[in-house]
Amino acid sequence: MTTANILAIADQQQAVAAVLFYIFAGISAISALGVVISRNIVRTAVFLLFTLVGVAGLYFLLNAEFLAAVQLVVYAGGTLILIIFGVMLTSKSPFSRFEPKAVEVVIAISVASVIFFALVLAITRTKFAVNPTDFTAYPIDKLGQTLLGDFLVPFEIVSVLLLVVMIGAAYLAKGRRREAD
Amino acid sequence: MQILSDTSNFFFEKLILGDNPPLWQTIVFDLVVIAAGFAALVSVIAMFCIWWERKVAGHMQSRIGPNRVGPIGILQSLADGLKLLLKEDLMPRDADWFLFRLAPYLAFAPAFAAFLALPFAPNLVFEPRLNVGVFWVLAILSVEVMGVILAGWASNNKWSVYGGMREACQMVSYEIPLGISIIVGVMAAGTLNMVELGHLQSGGLHTWLIYKNPFVFLAFIVYFIASLASNKRAPFDLPESESELVAGFHTEYSGLRFSFFFFAEYGAMFVVGGIQAALFLGAWNDPFGLIGFYFHKFSHDGNTIGLIILNLIGLSIFIGKAMTIIFVQMWLRWTLPRPRIDQVLYACVKVLLPAACAILLGAAIWQLLVPDRPGYPWVDYNPFSAHDWIYSPAGNGTLGLITQIVLMLIGVGVSTAVVMWVLYAAASGRNLKQRLTDPAPIERAPAV
Repeated sequence: MTTANILAIADQQQAVAAVLFYIFAGISAISALGVVISRNIVRTAVFLLFTLVGVAGLYFLLNAEFLAAVQLVVYAGGTLILIIFGVMLTSKSPFSRFEPKAVEVVIAISVASVIFFALVLAITRTKFAVNPTDFTAYPIDKLGQTLLGDFLVPFEIVSVLLLVVMIGAAYLAKGRRREAD
Repeated sequence: MQILSDTSNFFFEKLILGDNPPLWQTIVFDLVVIAAGFAALVSVIAMFCIWWERKVAGHMQSRIGPNRVGPIGILQSLADGLKLLLKEDLMPRDADWFLFRLAPYLAFAPAFAAFLALPFAPNLVFEPRLNVGVFWVLAILSVEVMGVILAGWASNNKWSVYGGMREACQMVSYEIPLGISIIVGVMAAGTLNMVELGHLQSGGLHTWLIYKNPFVFLAFIVYFIASLASNKRAPFDLPESESELVAGFHTEYSGLRFSFFFFAEYGAMFVVGGIQAALFLGAWNDPFGLIGFYFHKFSHDGNTIGLIILNLIGLSIFIGKAMTIIFVQMWLRWTLPRPRIDQVLYACVKVLLPAACAILLGAAIWQLLVPDRPGYPWVDYNPFSAHDWIYSPAGNGTLGLITQIVLMLIGVGVSTAVVMWVLYAAASGRNLKQRLTDPAPIERAPAV
């Protein structure tokens, strides 16, 4: 095993990683377009699922396994199911459709294009580090220690915020039922 | 990129491809393993479980079950599969065609993907470096629900939508006690990596995580109940309760698409049982710690044939454990009546969830009061030495060892009693069946 061989294998790995990146990025981008274009709410949610799965794949590619699994369990498994659940409970016709007005479409497109150009500018002008942090040296127990050690206060503030949101939601749901009675 | 580079612990890959193979060989090897190994494994397990379920159901209802195709009807699933393959592919006219076609794959693919992290044997894990193994399986199984909900929704049928909605609320609520009980096990282990979980428990029966402390023991029970609900297995099979919803979410499905749902369900059953075996019941390890001992010995000596045999034994032990859990799931299915949906949710939110939280708190306090070394490797552990058996497994702390042994005695006692009971019931059931199938009463019956 010579150094040249190792370098060749490293090059091949770069190539495979690039191919996988384009596959996952393509899945995300195409299904994100589907989210915008589709007029059926449930289909929109399904396209969103594929967008989120594609992003989870990108996280895997960056060795951020925990983030990828969190992405799947929180967004794909939790939030999306709640969205679909909400649609099922609230929609009156079986396949309710989005019918946006022309003004709404124009406003949405202009806002989205401004954000898009801002992002493109920001990405092209930023100088990224050539050797990013090595995530392999950052195991999951270290992540937990960091969350509950260095970042304890923000972590607790976020959990209190979530608790407040939950209590608020429960209060709203209860109040509405009392009115119905 | 780590996932493609480090192959240090891929024993079988090294055996076949040699050291430092070209990258394309590794990729082709992985694809072949997925296509030939995992696809076949999932299908065979699902088909075997379907046959087994019908056989168990038959025996529990004093029937015989499938017995025509092959010896004791074991090829029945194959014949059914052929029939489903040739059936007309029906789709309701007003269904959402795109989602209707997509849903079976969305249900099946996650169940298949979850197999990639299961530790079948020390070297028979597809991705041993997956540091979030348990969490990954949990995450991917939560995606599986999407397929079921979409199937119910896209069928555009009242019964199916009810089934999908029930699945949604059931899954979303039972996922919380499921996750918390897994956290209790992970806290006792100190790792999420499934291979490490296996090696951690290689010191004999009393080092299995279920006996680590009383709270893990209780978490095991909570996990089992929650896993039944998240797999929509009876008594929580409300999404497809046939007496009220026809067949629930898969009412409108026929042919191959229908069979995909079945494969997904039985695949997920195996995955859930596999997590239970890996996290609580010692993964591939035998009760005496022999596999762990010989694994380290053979790895040290470089004994290839010994390692292959050891891996095959570990594989059969792991599958046996998961199958035992599946049998208990079937047993409950054909024993318990089905509760109403509000009772199911009551049981989760007001009983199981507080219980899981209390167990989590108790496990955390136990961890503080009874310190031990999480992640203790059993490299030097010799199961033939009485000294090792008594002293080294406890890590440090006698209280931990005493707890382990007491819990082990309880566990072994209860499971022995249950097995004896099952054997007794099977034996007396055979007598009963002989009496029932005796044609004499029919012959004696008066002609109408």
